[in-house]
Amino acid sequence: MSDLIRKDPRKDWILRNRLHPLHEQVAAEMNGPAAEVRGPSGLIRRNPHAVGFIGPNGIKRIDRLGGSAAAAAGAKREQKEEQLPIIAIDAPQAYVAVVVDMPNGELSAHDKDVLGQARALADAAEDTAVLAVVFGPVKAALGTEANPDHPLGLAGVDRVVVFDSEAYQGFAPEQQLEAMLAVERTLEPAQWLFPDTHLSGNDRALRLAARLGERPIMHAWQIKNGKVTSRGGSELTDITRELASARILALASECAMPVDEARYEARVIASPAVPDVLTRIKDAGAVAVDPNQISLGEAEFILSAGNGIHDWDQFHEAARVLGATEGASRVAVDDGFMPRFRQVGATGTWVTARVYIAVGISGAVQHLQGIGSCEKVIAINTDAGCDMVKRADLSVIGDSQEILAALMAKVQADGAADGDEGKHDVA
Amino acid sequence: MMLHSKLSSNPAKNYTVATLVSVGKHPKSGRPRRSDQDSKALELALNMDNRSVHVIHAGDSSDPLRQSVLREYLGMGLERIDVTRQNANSDAVPALVERLKMLQADVVLTGSRAESGEGSGMVPYLIAQALGWPMVPAAVEVTAAGDGEFEILQALPRGQRRLLKVRAPFVASVDSAAAESRQTAWASGQRGQLQEMAIGSNPDEVMSQVTVEPARKRPKRIASAKKAKTAADRFKAATAKSASKGGAILVKESAEEKAQVIYDLLVSQGVINKKK
Ligand SMILES: Cc1cc2nc3c(=O)[nH]c(=O)nc-3n(C[C@H](O)[C@H](O)[C@H](O)COP(=O)(O)OP(=O)(O)OC[C@H]3O[C@@H](n4cnc5c(N)ncnc54)[C@H](O)[C@@H]3O)c2cc1C
Repeated sequence: MSDLIRKDPRKDWILRNRLHPLHEQVAAEMNGPAAEVRGPSGLIRRNPHAVGFIGPNGIKRIDRLGGSAAAAAGAKREQKEEQLPIIAIDAPQAYVAVVVDMPNGELSAHDKDVLGQARALADAAEDTAVLAVVFGPVKAALGTEANPDHPLGLAGVDRVVVFDSEAYQGFAPEQQLEAMLAVERTLEPAQWLFPDTHLSGNDRALRLAARLGERPIMHAWQIKNGKVTSRGGSELTDITRELASARILALASECAMPVDEARYEARVIASPAVPDVLTRIKDAGAVAVDPNQISLGEAEFILSAGNGIHDWDQFHEAARVLGATEGASRVAVDDGFMPRFRQVGATGTWVTARVYIAVGISGAVQHLQGIGSCEKVIAINTDAGCDMVKRADLSVIGDSQEILAALMAKVQADGAADGDEGKHDVA
Repeated sequence: MMLHSKLSSNPAKNYTVATLVSVGKHPKSGRPRRSDQDSKALELALNMDNRSVHVIHAGDSSDPLRQSVLREYLGMGLERIDVTRQNANSDAVPALVERLKMLQADVVLTGSRAESGEGSGMVPYLIAQALGWPMVPAAVEVTAAGDGEFEILQALPRGQRRLLKVRAPFVASVDSAAAESRQTAWASGQRGQLQEMAIGSNPDEVMSQVTVEPARKRPKRIASAKKAKTAADRFKAATAKSASKGGAILVKESAEEKAQVIYDLLVSQGVINKKK
């Protein structure tokens, strides 16, 4: 049976017309047994208890939509997974190249926005394909076959060139520039788009522009009606110029909506031959940074202390062993156990840590506001009902002292990173 | 004075650092000031051992307001600034390149992005391209390692650092994360010299064709507003809470087991490294 809601206009009409001879019958059909009866004196009597019906969760519902909602209420309409159409460009005549960042081999939200913009530019021209240029390995396997369900295909990429040999890893701007020049020579993209990100997209765009003698548009945030708007120095001005005046653009995040209405082929094409360059800038690797030197707003991993900490020496030791930046709730700061600049929350710092461990923090709104953009929150608390536990992705109920001691023992036993030496590579 | 005593005491290891400074703009008030990154670059240069520092400015220096900003740089303890005079709205890069060639600098330090005008951050790259030198972005520390080799500490996102090695000559742009610059002293700023030099200026044609307006506020993206087809969907998208809906809760396990679960999560998130 089709679960589409069908309206019966005749019944609706009867329902609206109280003087219709069939009105009561139809109303009863819709809303249960006689809600309205004519009393002995001839007046209409309304029985409020008879109105409505009992919903699936046992709560009475009154249907004022004339039955159309009642039909839907029973079973949740099963939603057919719509397959997005696949759009293929078989013989591209031109390309819009996007050099994606792909940190950790996956598209970032910023990458997707830039690809969305590239899609718009490509679709505005004839037979133009979006070409993704990728440095480093891609997490989900790609192939020379069409692969529309690959994250790149879903993001609007027609063709992919991958440069993933050893020479492109780490900070290798010279070799990467050479690869971009090879793409420029062989495929001659009509435009080069970059996400305007510190040290990756931004640096690549400027290098390519300087080498090609092109004037780039950096910090662009809107492309509309053939004009590009970009932010000037100090973010004080908007500079608008013709889109046609530049081939190299670095785009801010949220410059355009990501692609979500079609799938594209994401087909790998042979990467052009790239000569090896003399690397004059040598990457000597990541340097250990004292986590407490990193500003709280920037830190990636925070161990935060609240009123539930009783052994402060142990807490500082735990932060050192884990290699985490220290944070605190307001109470810990007001009581003088932590300096003011360590306070997290509405009146402290809004942190962006990927992993946030809250030890003995109850989770007051003022504190939760400050950790709104943390990805993984771990709560250590004696109270299983507190708000921090509701927010946390993992909650451990127990005494903070005991659990921190066990955690430190665990980390030290496994010979894992110590605060001073172990640092993750953020390349 | 300090510069010269160091210069003569150890002539063998000496090298020349050129720092390019520009007239900045306060991000809130819009008033001219020492550019933050340029003064940090100058601070870096002044803190290097056995170097002589040349500070170069290219621009329209007839304006008294701009001159007073240059005097703020002089107030950091400089004797003079080379000013290559340019007309207003001209492209400073050719003049800077010419000046750097004359100077035979080993290291060129600049800011990453100018505070006024287009602020594209192209200048250090164009200079490096014109001189054929490597360009290192986002430096926070530059130290000479001997034999013409330099070690550069580079600022990565999230407060991380990376060490790079490069041979002089090179160009490096300085990140905002570098150490704060010293204060400027008004009196020594007045004493220092602005040494002018005429190098032909090239008008910047592209910038004369663009429209420049005060920055507009960027519209906020509304979560999946485009996808929502019905009013109910839009309402849901606008009011949805982003907070996660509570995760695993461990109550009865022993402290060791609880610690193990936390530890596994930390390792899987990559915030601590497992050695074994
Ligand atoms: C205008 C205003 C602004 C504010 N701004 C901020 C702000 O920016 N940042 C901020 O943090 N606060 C702020 N606050 C304060 C906030 O409302 C809370 O008072 C504060 O966050 C509570 O801190 P807490 O969770 O550490 O302490 P408590 O609320 O006392 O919580 C302590 C928690 O520790 C647990 N605990 C106790 N003993 C142990 C143990 N042995 N082991 C494990 N757990 C244990 C308890 O179960 C409890 O959940 C602000 C308040 C106001 C009015």
